[in-house]
Amino acid sequence: MKTRIVIGFFFFLILAGTTISAFGQGVEEKAEGKEKFKASTYVLEHIADSHEWHILTKKNGESVVIYLPVIVFSKESGLNIFSSKRLAHGQKYKGFRLEEESDLKGKIVLINEEGQVDEENLPLDFSMTKTVIGMLSAAIIGLILFLFLARSYKKTGISHPKGIQSFLEPIILFVRDDIAIPNLGLHKYEKYMPYLLTAFFFILINNLMGLIPFPPPFGANVTGNIAITFVLAFCTFLITQFSGNKLYWKHIFAPPGVPFWLLPVMIPVELIGIISKPFALMIRLFANITAGHIILLSLICLIFIFDSLALAPVSVFFVIFMDCLELLVAFLQAYIFTLLSALFISLAIQEHH
Amino acid sequence: MILLANSLTTPAIGTLFWSALIFVLFFLILTKFAWKPILNAVKSRDEMIKGSLESAAKAREEMLKLQSDNEAIMRKAREEREGILKEAREVRDKLIFEAKGKAAEEAEKLVEKARAAIESEKRKALSEIHEQVATLSVEIASKLLGEKLKQTGEQEKLIDNYLKEINFNKN
Repeated sequence: MKTRIVIGFFFFLILAGTTISAFGQGVEEKAEGKEKFKASTYVLEHIADSHEWHILTKKNGESVVIYLPVIVFSKESGLNIFSSKRLAHGQKYKGFRLEEESDLKGKIVLINEEGQVDEENLPLDFSMTKTVIGMLSAAIIGLILFLFLARSYKKTGISHPKGIQSFLEPIILFVRDDIAIPNLGLHKYEKYMPYLLTAFFFILINNLMGLIPFPPPFGANVTGNIAITFVLAFCTFLITQFSGNKLYWKHIFAPPGVPFWLLPVMIPVELIGIISKPFALMIRLFANITAGHIILLSLICLIFIFDSLALAPVSVFFVIFMDCLELLVAFLQAYIFTLLSALFISLAIQEHH
Repeated sequence: MILLANSLTTPAIGTLFWSALIFVLFFLILTKFAWKPILNAVKSRDEMIKGSLESAAKAREEMLKLQSDNEAIMRKAREEREGILKEAREVRDKLIFEAKGKAAEEAEKLVEKARAAIESEKRKALSEIHEQVATLSVEIASKLLGEKLKQTGEQEKLIDNYLKEINFNKN
């Protein structure tokens, strides 16, 4: 019963969020007159990171936004922390400006005395952007969930799972029995379980939160951000290399059965192989989640492209259908990332057969 | 649009920094306070289930063994009982037989003794009777002789009669 309510609530959020963002966009389009609606701009603005969290646009063209903290580091002024409200609408603050045009769009730049963008001296941007806030919220939700779960295990001891345990334990056991043990073996899997579980749930929570479009901090494109998938893949890369045994390195620098004159070719190939595995992890997660978000938003954009309310039911129907698919993809991508991480680690720790 | 797409595939340094920080903290906190207790709890539960299943199987086996042992013991006891009963029956029969034989012998002996005693008593009695008869007859004779000897002729008849009688008695 509880599960049904939770699922119901999830779909309600998806629906509500979809409607609200569609409404906001529609109003914006009308306010700007009959200017042609640019779906690509709308979609890519969502996919890309941002220093503010756009909620909706009012009839008079004003936007309701949550301004996020900007943290920039420049050689001259050192560390600067201020709200992104100071940079809204192209304002200049402490010599910084949020570029809205050119190839630096969406980046914070320094403006020199001539009023020009100082392209050689770009400040380091450590802002808490939309993606960072989304990710942070997912991490906090995950922490609350699993610390609560751990506490409930202390309470129930070794009796049967109760409450939240009966929902999360099958997933944990799935990671253990279907990902870790078959790949890493019964003797070595325990060492890697914390990482695999963390990666799985971090990706899963972020994927699911990305599917719920409203309210903030839901709806950020976190796992569809290349920096985040890079960090995740890099962690797998590091763990793989540090777990690598003698045999693993021998296969790279002295592959058995390969004539010595082939080594100058083989060693670079093997080294590329080391990099390409986590690289594939990074691209797969990024591409899948980004593609999902693009499809969902494009379907909503259909209403505005055709400028017809009659198309809304069709569009909403397809969006619901795609949301179901994306729900599957959210689990699938978390599963694939974890599975491949386990597989890459297992290749580095396997013994002689 | 291409430029934007370009920025999509270029990781931003700030996002890299924050995601690394958040992910590593998330990992460390969860490992220490969530994964270890959860995995340990699940593992100990698995082990307990496995252990209790094993002990249940063992107990079942032992019970079967005990049952078969019990049956064997029962069978043995029954056999022993039968053997004891049989032996007892044999002993009883033997005792009865022996007792019967002895009793018969005793009885015979007693009878024999009795017969011998009777015989000797009879003889004794007879000899006593003989004596008595002799004395009586002598007395009678002397009395009769006293009267009848007075009449001659009668004397010889009387002696003959006596002699006949004596002979008969002696037989």
